[in-house]
Amino acid sequence: MFLWIIKRDLLLAVRRRSDVLTTLFFFVIVVSLFPLSVGPEMNMLRTMAPGVVWVAALLASMLSLGRMFSNDYLDGTLEQVLLSPQSLSLLVLGKALAHWLVTGVPLVLMAPILGIQYDLPAEALSVLTVSLLLGTPVLSLIGAIGAALTLGLRGGGVLVSLLVLPLYIPVLIFGSGAVEANMAGLGYDAHFSLLGAFLLVSLVFSPWATAASLRVSME
Amino acid sequence: MLQGSSLACVRGDRRLFKDVNFSLEAGGLMQVRGPNGSGKTSLLRMLCGLSNPALGEISWCGTSIRALGGDYFATMTYMGHLSGTKDDLTVVENLCISSALAGIEVSESQAYEALKHMGLGGRETLPVKVLSQGQRRRVALARLLVCQTKLWILDEPLAALDVSAVKLMQCLLEKHLEQGGMVVMTTHQEIDITAASIIQLQLA
Repeated sequence: MFLWIIKRDLLLAVRRRSDVLTTLFFFVIVVSLFPLSVGPEMNMLRTMAPGVVWVAALLASMLSLGRMFSNDYLDGTLEQVLLSPQSLSLLVLGKALAHWLVTGVPLVLMAPILGIQYDLPAEALSVLTVSLLLGTPVLSLIGAIGAALTLGLRGGGVLVSLLVLPLYIPVLIFGSGAVEANMAGLGYDAHFSLLGAFLLVSLVFSPWATAASLRVSME
Repeated sequence: MLQGSSLACVRGDRRLFKDVNFSLEAGGLMQVRGPNGSGKTSLLRMLCGLSNPALGEISWCGTSIRALGGDYFATMTYMGHLSGTKDDLTVVENLCISSALAGIEVSESQAYEALKHMGLGGRETLPVKVLSQGQRRRVALARLLVCQTKLWILDEPLAALDVSAVKLMQCLLEKHLEQGGMVVMTTHQEIDITAASIIQLQLA
């Protein structure tokens, strides 16, 4: 059943490619705007690269949060998911995973190409990619809680950013911190370990919290 | 057996109903009646476990449905106002996925057969968004054919259905009740169903 819900959400994403592409293009454009507006000062671009890429990834991932449950809510499929004999936490984990595959993975794949615009060295590019690989699933998992809490509310989109963005801050700090540490010639293992820890904690905690919020929102 | 004792529902400051009691045996049909806004849908949502009653207790075979959780969901099929179908998926995908989520894996041939029975033959691979309201309802109802659960909770199952589909539904319900199933439904249309026991629950 866990696989069914992933399969379903991926199938829906394939049928509605525009949703996926908007997120990706948003990321690409935001990241590309900075070198164009700041100018070709290499040193400055290199210093700001990790922060810009991470903030753009954060916003792009948040852009698609609204759709995570609201479509299912509007057509009644969410009711059926809630009434599934399978544990709701597991199904929610499946949905978060599908959200990450659809919105997070394309960002991770695009990041090294976009990083070239900032003249990042090859090693920093790979650190950036790995940090995003560890961090973007956390964004989807935390975002799921916010999306579930604001389900069915008017103006939920703004509220979701107010709820979720503060929780994204640690991921942002250690994600971009890893790349900065690498460029400064320091070790980045600690940053990766912390990102990994965030991932594990959110893997356990977020599906449970999301399931509880969904039950409250659906009452 | 599905039992409700002294159920009450509160929405905001308004009390929709109180002291609702019933006991539904195997093979029994319960029709929930009442004017618009009397809490029929709220009662049905309580019965399927989507919301909690303000007061009272709902039990299935003597155990509270809260305590049963997933085991209760496995014996029940709920069909609400919303059809629960995905516009971008095809008819057959919708049926396979919704029954898989309900815990029943359906083969493609079974799904085709059920859809044909529901009068959707030849439309299996169309996306649901091109179907009419009544056809969407038929897609949703096809799930009843493939998921052989004991308890059906149906909220206005006849809405948007044409005469032949209402007849089909009637046969489906009678067959289910004959086999010892239970049905709780709301409807504004008159429907003539023979069952071992029929309870009329009137909400004020």
